[in-house]
Amino acid sequence: MAKNSAKDIEVKAFATHQVITQPNPLRKVLRRVEEKDLDDPVARAEQALASLSGEFKDWMAIEAQRLSAAWTAVQNDGFTKKLRDELFHAAHDIKGDAATFGFPSAAGIAESLCRVIEHAPDLEKVPAELFTHHINAILAIVHENTRLDRISVSAELSRRLRKVADDYLAYVNRDRPEHLEVILAPSIAPAE
Amino acid sequence: MFRIDFNKLRFLVCDDNPHMRRILRTLLHSFGAREVYEAEDGATALEMYSHYVPDIVITDWAMPIFDGLELAQMIRQPESKGNPYAPIIMLTGHSEKRRVTVARDAGVTEFLAKPISAKGLYQRILNVVANPRPFIKTKTYFGPDRRRNTNSAYMGPERRVGEKHEVLQQPSLLDKARSTI
Repeated sequence: MAKNSAKDIEVKAFATHQVITQPNPLRKVLRRVEEKDLDDPVARAEQALASLSGEFKDWMAIEAQRLSAAWTAVQNDGFTKKLRDELFHAAHDIKGDAATFGFPSAAGIAESLCRVIEHAPDLEKVPAELFTHHINAILAIVHENTRLDRISVSAELSRRLRKVADDYLAYVNRDRPEHLEVILAPSIAPAE
Repeated sequence: MFRIDFNKLRFLVCDDNPHMRRILRTLLHSFGAREVYEAEDGATALEMYSHYVPDIVITDWAMPIFDGLELAQMIRQPESKGNPYAPIIMLTGHSEKRRVTVARDAGVTEFLAKPISAKGLYQRILNVVANPRPFIKTKTYFGPDRRRNTNSAYMGPERRVGEKHEVLQQPSLLDKARSTI
């Protein structure tokens, strides 16, 4: 679909800004349907997603392995910028994807880990156990999550790790109000 | 009630994670989209943006080479030969409010925090299709109007200098359609 031509674009100039309007170039893709229309694209998409779910456990295992490898590299060579970024991205991807893959507790732990990496003033001074507990917990959840009785354990583990990480971050950022504000701000992510 | 003819839309999906790209492709195809182009980094996405001229861009934030924020800034170049007006939906694991503000100030049209859901994605696409906002150009910003609502009871200082008549409304397509029925 082509964008509007320049002649369709209307520009109104004001003292400090311009307001640019144009006919909606996407208007042709919108169509009115009856209220009783049975076609539900969202339900169709959810069904398609469910059909993919057989692969989610394998995908999650790959993501967890990537995180583990990134941490091993940091242990060997320290927090260079490249290794710090790789550890953060691995954790960040799990934070974003794990709930979709059926591992919401792993997502919570990965979020906690991301916060430590992002807000600790000096990563070399963070106790190594804080990282290993987060990473080992994610690995354990991924490997054990098939049993229902483990799910409440993993949720509790996620809550406790988050509490420990938040207490640590609040302490080490006690003189950095801009970080404290971000650490204490609520997340906008949808609830589990 | 309105539906989108997804088979007439061209999407560009940019995410460095192959699993997330697969999920997005699955969702968009099941909505009815046929043309879904994929890039795994910001530089490739920018090239594909110029080549395929997508109607809607869906991008992650954290990516190699340059990230989704930089991609949005490069698309929103008012003097560029390409289309600087395409809706950009940022789909990201970043879930802090300040990130939403930063994305908005880079010209992102909609923000969708992961975990992704079919409903959330559909709603964002419906919004950019049915309710386009006017674009604003200032010395430091070019992108969709960052004011989503006009509050007639607002008592604070105006951030844009000018009189009341300088606030220009663009009725939504849904409102226009309703008024003609």
